[in-house]
Amino acid sequence: MLNAILDFLIAFLLVAGGVFALLGSFGLAKLGDFYKRLHGPTKATTLGVGSALLASCLWFSTRGAGLSLHELLITLFLALTAPVSAHQLARAAMRRRTTSATSPGRLPSAPSRRDGPA
Amino acid sequence: MIVAAANLAILLLALAMLLAGYRLWRGPDVLDRVIALDTLYIDALALLVVLGVRLNDAVYFEAALLIGLLGFVGTMAMARYLIRGDLID
Repeated sequence: MLNAILDFLIAFLLVAGGVFALLGSFGLAKLGDFYKRLHGPTKATTLGVGSALLASCLWFSTRGAGLSLHELLITLFLALTAPVSAHQLARAAMRRRTTSATSPGRLPSAPSRRDGPA
Repeated sequence: MIVAAANLAILLLALAMLLAGYRLWRGPDVLDRVIALDTLYIDALALLVVLGVRLNDAVYFEAALLIGLLGFVGTMAMARYLIRGDLID
């Protein structure tokens, strides 16, 4: 009985992980603006990876020898790094927009050097 | 049941990687390509974790951890380069 419930939980978490990762990538491919596109991967995909890692944690805890907690390491690391990288990308986008405001037309592909001190 | 669910999750993650690859190919700006690469490595990480459950092999965990660490460093390097125009100053 308990094993059946556990198996169902692992299967549900696996499918939920796949669905959320697909949702995040679909948002990345479908949404119109860069700032809108930033939402999909940084929120939905992180949740998808988290549930897949939780499923792996449950699976190896019940099959292997003893408790398997090292999957939580990736979960913690990803939950820490995904907002940081999203913030840096948003800053880069704002910076590119401000540099392109003075020169209309297509964005230059090479990044411009900043003049003042950092 | 778990095997079928893992197969379905692998299929969904492969579709997600295809969509990220579409954005990587199409992306009008450099930043769109950077965030597509970011999504691609996170999807690959999830794919490796699900593959580890599917094949009942714990060795895929180390690969996933390595991808997680190095992908973040790569995204940060690209973002910093696009902000400053220089990595080391």
